[in-house]
Amino acid sequence: MISMLQRSWALGVLCWMALATAPSHAQLKIDITSGVTDPIPISIQPFDADPQTSSQVVAADLARSGRFVIRESRRADYLVTGRHTLQADGRSQIDFELTNLLTGQKLLRERITAGPQSWRNAAHRVADKVYERILGVRSSFATRIAYVSVDGRAPQQRYQLVVADADGENSRVILESKQPLMSPAWSPDGEWLAYVSFETRSAAIYLQQVRTGERRRVSSRAGVNNAPAWSPDGMRLALTLSSPTGNLDVYLLDVASSALTRLTDHPAIDTEPVWAPDGRSIYFTSDRGGGPQIYQLEPRQGATPRRVSFSGNYNARPRISPDGRELAFITREGGAYRVAIQDLGNGSVRTLSKGPQDESPGFSPDGGTLIYAARERGQGVLATVSSDGLILQRLKADRGDVREPAWGPFRP
Amino acid sequence: MFKQFAVIVAGAVFLAACSSPKKTSDADSVVAPPSTMDSATARADAGDDAASAGSVGDAATSVVLPAELADRLVIYFPFDSDALAAADLELLAQHARFVNGRADLNLRLEGHTDERGTREYNIGLGERRAQAVRRALALQGVAESRLATVSYGEERPALNGSTEDVFAKNRRVELVYGTR
Repeated sequence: MISMLQRSWALGVLCWMALATAPSHAQLKIDITSGVTDPIPISIQPFDADPQTSSQVVAADLARSGRFVIRESRRADYLVTGRHTLQADGRSQIDFELTNLLTGQKLLRERITAGPQSWRNAAHRVADKVYERILGVRSSFATRIAYVSVDGRAPQQRYQLVVADADGENSRVILESKQPLMSPAWSPDGEWLAYVSFETRSAAIYLQQVRTGERRRVSSRAGVNNAPAWSPDGMRLALTLSSPTGNLDVYLLDVASSALTRLTDHPAIDTEPVWAPDGRSIYFTSDRGGGPQIYQLEPRQGATPRRVSFSGNYNARPRISPDGRELAFITREGGAYRVAIQDLGNGSVRTLSKGPQDESPGFSPDGGTLIYAARERGQGVLATVSSDGLILQRLKADRGDVREPAWGPFRP
Repeated sequence: MFKQFAVIVAGAVFLAACSSPKKTSDADSVVAPPSTMDSATARADAGDDAASAGSVGDAATSVVLPAELADRLVIYFPFDSDALAAADLELLAQHARFVNGRADLNLRLEGHTDERGTREYNIGLGERRAQAVRRALALQGVAESRLATVSYGEERPALNGSTEDVFAKNRRVELVYGTR
């Protein structure tokens, strides 16, 4: 497995060198830190006529999930075979089969097509099909992540907003600035990113269409403009603004009309809003009780917040699982900041990460994995952990810091 | 070529859209300029180089300060605090006297935190620090209209590193003079 990852990495490097214009940003590399003790053995045969290495992408996805181990076919329970062809117009077509080697039963026989230069996406979709058929739950291999990459020594740093495939490949800088960029958030349809940029030497919230680069500045009021969060229908943003005296409160912005509704009204810091998937409540951080804690309220003017985090004296930056049942956030334990998860039904809390300075947790669209930022030997890296805490991965840049990961939605 | 390598989304629509970013008539819209690397990459370099601790205003509008203030443009704070020490209040009184005698100047107060804690909450803490300095200057008679605050939270550290010494240098408000 490791050698396969290295091969695909080496291939990436070769392509990279062969191209006239090299990407001027940090590239991510994935390490699997730990997996389940009893992964399912599966064999991925090289695809026939494969003009790329798409079967290796399938194998890397399944191995990286920690739920599978890649074996030769006589020592595997499942077998994937396939054929990858390029159409005249450059489109990729993968015909594949999944076989249960113990019973001989064909479990899947499907055709996946993808647009020009999108063979990796086709391979990720094969991996998603195989994963879901065997384990009965969805995976998020064919999705994307956004993150902020920072290069250079303080105080002269360079900031980039990057979009990449969920495996860190195909990374593309969509914005760069000498002033800070922060808080990337995907629109529910995966077309836009909202983020904060200090490019005018004051804070403003922008929307940028990922495909075209088109930008719109949607909030540039005096003081703080921060923490944009899309409503599930994509019509509104929850965000944080400040009063002239510097009091932060959470507001709602109607994206089409720019109409603003005030949600919280308290002298404390109220920030880091996020919508529940059903759109009926907003979770946010407030230090109205002394230290930062997480509160919930209905997204309407005059609603009364209700505190939802109780263990510890620092709980902040909430995110809600896609099924609405779990709350992920940062909790302080001693002097360490870690990713914790709270069952919103029974209130139980468990800590998932081990770092001294973990931050910005978010769920994969299938809900089975959390991605977060961590510091490792002074470098900002991204890490993922399965929501049962068993499978850990690290995505590390070849240079500089990467942080504030945001996992995009499922793609149609 | 890189674009070809980096294309993520399927479909010819992507390439068409990529090579000709759509313009909108909305006055608040900005169309990202094409770059050599990737036509969908926007650049936000209007901000120029970051002002470093101790620098005076923007390079373009350099303000000459009296010697006793020139290298005293940063106020430091204890952990999780926006409290000003007596010495800071005295320094801010000196800045207030200077700016009150110079009708052409204004002051931007840039609040910063160390890297611990969540980024967006730290924007709130940095704003509290900037506001503490703003209040102290206002109490010394500086007109509110001449004072602006911006919080960078932990996003623009003065120093890299994760030691207590570095944290202490990063928990700060920078006074940035500019001309009106």
